[in-house]
Amino acid sequence: MNPRLARALVNGLLLGAAAVALFPLLWMLAVSFMPAGTSNALPPPLWPSHPTLDNYRRLFGQAGMGSYLANSLLIAGTITLLSLVFNLLAGYAFAKLRFAGRERLFRVLLGLLVVPAQVAMLPLFLMFKYTGLVDSYVGVVLPGMASVLGIFLVRQYARGLPDELLEAARIDGASELYIFMRIVLPLLRPVVATLAILTFLTAWNDFMWPLIELTDQGHYTLPLGLASMAREHTEGTEQMMAGSVLTVLPVLALFLAMQRQYLDGLLLGSVKG
Amino acid sequence: MNASRAAWLFLAPALLVLGVFFLLPVLGALLLSFTDYDLYALANLHNLRFVALGNYWALLHRPLFWAALGHTFYFVVVGVPLSMAASLGAALLLHSRLARFKPFFRTALFAPVVTTAVAMAVVWRYLFNTKYGWANHLLGMLGIHPVNWLGDPHWAMPTIILFAVWKNFGYNMIIFLAGLQAVPLELYEAARIDGASTWRQFRHVTLPMLGPTLLMVAILTVSGYFQLFAEPYVMTEGGPLQSTTSVLYLMYEDGFKWWNLGTASAEAFVLFMVMFAVTAAMLRLARRREAA
Repeated sequence: MNPRLARALVNGLLLGAAAVALFPLLWMLAVSFMPAGTSNALPPPLWPSHPTLDNYRRLFGQAGMGSYLANSLLIAGTITLLSLVFNLLAGYAFAKLRFAGRERLFRVLLGLLVVPAQVAMLPLFLMFKYTGLVDSYVGVVLPGMASVLGIFLVRQYARGLPDELLEAARIDGASELYIFMRIVLPLLRPVVATLAILTFLTAWNDFMWPLIELTDQGHYTLPLGLASMAREHTEGTEQMMAGSVLTVLPVLALFLAMQRQYLDGLLLGSVKG
Repeated sequence: MNASRAAWLFLAPALLVLGVFFLLPVLGALLLSFTDYDLYALANLHNLRFVALGNYWALLHRPLFWAALGHTFYFVVVGVPLSMAASLGAALLLHSRLARFKPFFRTALFAPVVTTAVAMAVVWRYLFNTKYGWANHLLGMLGIHPVNWLGDPHWAMPTIILFAVWKNFGYNMIIFLAGLQAVPLELYEAARIDGASTWRQFRHVTLPMLGPTLLMVAILTVSGYFQLFAEPYVMTEGGPLQSTTSVLYLMYEDGFKWWNLGTASAEAFVLFMVMFAVTAAMLRLARRREAA
């Protein structure tokens, strides 16, 4: 093929794919600024001719999205913080501390990866029901406080730390906790960032478990609030788009800011071994 | 403090969480699936009865369960190859020496992955609106009659599949891209010297070298697609005519709408067993191929 034609073809296809990938996002953004009722027209409008912030105002004023936003931030933030501590400690132990049965225990953990999380949800709901944790933030956070994938990620990374460094500290009489906090943790910084973004995005976008666990509308996260609005069919298109923007924008912004770490983590997590 | 004790202290919090909030409930689900746990038992545990395999037996005789299993398979069997083809295609384009603005394209194509499924499902519901949606408007410009995308039982699942492909292809694209970058350039060099066309280079160099990546991506995608739930929940509520009711959607309705937790647990376990069997079969097939 003519090289010029080939170049045009490759870049043209990429442009087309990018347009398909971005169109729903851009359209959502545009409609969220349209006055109520103006998006249902033929041909469908692409651009708000009279842009307005009314949809967002109503979202916070009447629809209570402000509290959903706060709930989402609280829940995703807490899960991220706690699971970071738990997964880092465990992943490091699997990588660098010696104890009987280490490899076997790790294999058991990896085996858990094949069990879909939804299998645990019904008994989990009952457990929380009898302990009074249904419809509480605690109940949403608890199962997310550790993850096999997180432990795996930390272990993969921590295995690369030099043993001599840890041995030297041990000979100097440092405690294991001191070694972890002062020597290991600073060296794990890249994986800490990666894990934090991965966990936050997953927790923010999570739907099924919060849907089961949170029953009172006041406790809803953004995806729950949006889904219930969508199923009630009472809100107009423009308002729904504003709600979608509010739900998607924080994670999209986080991804754009931390792209490198996020994509590295994705690769680290997908390579089993 | 001795090293092994320190190790267990470091492990304890995470193992406790995984044990109490995952392993234990999974075992609990198995027990639950042998009981008739329902709304009455929820009120008073004395109403609980052990029914052995009764729930599983009942599922086998329930057309809606078979339908849900069928819809889930439909979603996996059509969705996974489409999704992987889109991922591989995008990765090949991005990997090409001819591609320009690579960082921009990579970000743009990946963006749908990080978006919230519920929010984008809401957006797609409007894009595929029969009257005012862009999908039908574009078809109209080509002279094609409007399609009742989410309202027609024949079209609802294909529409959800399109949405899932759009939402997910960027994830595997990144993994394929890393795989492509690991293929030694000398192999292409040699193939070119032998006069192999672009297609033959793809067929005889790229695909074999990507083998393990393809297998891993296939397994991850299959197990992800078996867990179809949020899309039908938001876009179609399992309809029309239950044509998008997946196994998990059915589990959710049986469990949390009708409070038949025993039945729902049996459904969860059947799904798990199906996923396990399919994954095992894929691994086995791949191994046999490698040996051949």
